[in-house]
Amino acid sequence: MSALRLKEGASSHSAYNLRDPNAEPIERHTLAVLVANEPGVLARVIGLFSGRGYNIESLTVAEVDHQGHRSRITIVTSGTPHVIEQIKAQLGRIVPVHEVHDLTVEGPHVGRELALLKVTGKGDARVEALRLADIFRASVVDSTLTSFVFEITGTPEKIDAFADLMRPLGLQEIARTGVAALARGALPLKK
Amino acid sequence: MTRQMTGAKMVVQALKDQGVTTVFGYPGGAVLPIYDEIFQQNDIHHVLVRHEQGAVHAAEGYARSTGNPGVALVTSGPGATNAVTGLTDALMDSIPIIVLTGQVPTFMIGTDGFQEADTVGITRPCTKHNWLVKETDALAGTLHEAFHVATSGRPGPVLVDIPKDVQFATGNYSEKRTHKSYYAPQVKGDIDAITALAKAMEKAKRPIFYTGGGVINSGPAASQLLRELVDATGFPITSTLMGLGSYPASGKHWIGMLGMHGLYEANMAMHDCDLMINIGARFDDRVTGRLDAFSPGSTKAHIDIDPSSINKVIRVDIPIVGDVAHVLEDLLKVWKARGRITEKEAVAKWWKQINDWQAIDCLKFRNSTSTIKPQYALQRLEELTKGRDRYICTEVGQHQMWAAQYLTFEDPNRWMTSGGLGTMGYGFPASIGVQMAHPEALVINVAGEASWLMNMQEMGTAMQYRLPVKQFILNNERLGMVRQWQQLLHGERYSQSWSEALPDFVKLAEAFGAKGIICKDPKDLDDAIMEMIEHPGPVIFDCLVEKHENCFPMIPSGKPHNEMLLGDAATDGAIEAGGAVLV
Repeated sequence: MSALRLKEGASSHSAYNLRDPNAEPIERHTLAVLVANEPGVLARVIGLFSGRGYNIESLTVAEVDHQGHRSRITIVTSGTPHVIEQIKAQLGRIVPVHEVHDLTVEGPHVGRELALLKVTGKGDARVEALRLADIFRASVVDSTLTSFVFEITGTPEKIDAFADLMRPLGLQEIARTGVAALARGALPLKK
Repeated sequence: MTRQMTGAKMVVQALKDQGVTTVFGYPGGAVLPIYDEIFQQNDIHHVLVRHEQGAVHAAEGYARSTGNPGVALVTSGPGATNAVTGLTDALMDSIPIIVLTGQVPTFMIGTDGFQEADTVGITRPCTKHNWLVKETDALAGTLHEAFHVATSGRPGPVLVDIPKDVQFATGNYSEKRTHKSYYAPQVKGDIDAITALAKAMEKAKRPIFYTGGGVINSGPAASQLLRELVDATGFPITSTLMGLGSYPASGKHWIGMLGMHGLYEANMAMHDCDLMINIGARFDDRVTGRLDAFSPGSTKAHIDIDPSSINKVIRVDIPIVGDVAHVLEDLLKVWKARGRITEKEAVAKWWKQINDWQAIDCLKFRNSTSTIKPQYALQRLEELTKGRDRYICTEVGQHQMWAAQYLTFEDPNRWMTSGGLGTMGYGFPASIGVQMAHPEALVINVAGEASWLMNMQEMGTAMQYRLPVKQFILNNERLGMVRQWQQLLHGERYSQSWSEALPDFVKLAEAFGAKGIICKDPKDLDDAIMEMIEHPGPVIFDCLVEKHENCFPMIPSGKPHNEMLLGDAATDGAIEAGGAVLV
């Protein structure tokens, strides 16, 4: 470009930093977000994700402290490490958000999901469904002569595997809660 | 101590207890009880605007020029939706304002009642926080909490939506926040990070302070400490559009505004520095230009009260979360205690380099004896008004950038401009807010004719309250910045970027009962500006300027700091096609 009338050898001809912002791998993180259970708080959290283009893979929420009116939101999200850092900082900025914990980086944690599956069938298929449910430690919470409703808890992968097996055996419907997660060990989350 | 009163009375009482003296607003069905209370008292001065957007921008102008929160009061439905632009503007520029909206009665919410809108839903993403108050007992506490949230941490707009039945009902008034708020942003910076910065300052050979609106938001102490730090270290200082005035333009270390239309020397220094100290700025895309070529060789420190600003677009080496004034105080202490060390010789060499860049005189323009150049108009405005108790507002566009380049600011809170959102129509109502806060001051809104027309209805407000705001309109009969981009980027196809059927601004002023001045000859300009200044009431100054002037210097989209276009540079092919999408 001819616009710059720079002297030859001016120090401005520095090398570029050619870091490719997309070169970082996508990571999946599980966040525990403790919030004041006030109207609209979930909308604020979800609006942040949609407004800034972040991913939500799963989200669960319920009041965990009825006296203090605090809810715990567990969010499984994915993004580059840079995006994950931004998500946490942006969540922390929401006024009714009290604490944000990244369980994935804070140490080992357990994440579990509950699912209900309705499976219909007769004869061998029905027997096979019950046998597989036993292997997966799923329990029968409703039964008719032609159907079962199974309750299963586990990692999302385990539930996926169970659902895949149930599909040819007459899987009609599935309801999943999304992941709830806690850090392993004796200590509660550090503020 | 609690007292019984109606919700409407609580609103007025809470405003008084928060020290509010001025409210900008517009009445309507859902806020009538509050207006009835306003009628029956004299402590709070209500300014009747002509459009709710004007109320919010006026509150912003009030807040920016005083450092205190601004307050706007509007009705439900359309009143609230008209406030959205101002709320978003205040969010982007971190301006503390409290917007109170009326709402249909609680039992009607959700029924699509007359003038019902989901106000908290609509404004959730454009406020720092908002509340719908469903019980009168909770109203006072919420209002006090609203002031707390708006003004603490990174300031911003908040909104309290008050249904009409809550205004009518009686409840307990509390003088303070009802419960201790958990919202308590960190103000003290981490001392290890501050020490790391002090060490980096000791070793820096080509340091630069890059300051932003956060210095002004932090309060007068921050500007004072910044001046002390800059003068003690001798490092050059540049600032964003939002930060102008925190360090005086007459200060010997000032190298001018940076960014897309910033000064050549400031951008070159940002590009070539080895230590960048960002104080209360946010690496906005108008400042950074091409990200992967942004100041490639520097160690970067970033002081910001908002943790989400740090590492958002530019990764920094020394992050410091905290309030600017607190951090600067600690930084000065640490740096002094360690012996006030700087690389004096290297910094002197760095200054020599900066002086070479300054010698290019990037704001030079070809003046004319027959046509008023917009730059010349601003030079004369500067010359004839500097030293006065002066506040400048702007609209958005070329005139805004020229104002930032050619006017100088010695103190914080003297410059009101829509930076982040770039809201055309901001400046005129903002000037009304500023004049309300500073009745004796000279308040000038530097405008373009297109922006100014967006909120021209506020002439009624200026007249009603005898606010002598000066509307200095650089009239090029064009949407100048759009035209400039079309010239540079879109093959000179000037799609919809000129203003036809413009009003006669002198007659327009007269229609409102104000004074109108027109000026088109450079020889008459000084006298006309003096006439504007000396007139005791509102003035519309129609300054007919060169129609096709471009705003330079300019970092074209997608280019790094060291590839600026200068004034008389050939502009053909300056912007690669890929840059067009970045606008």
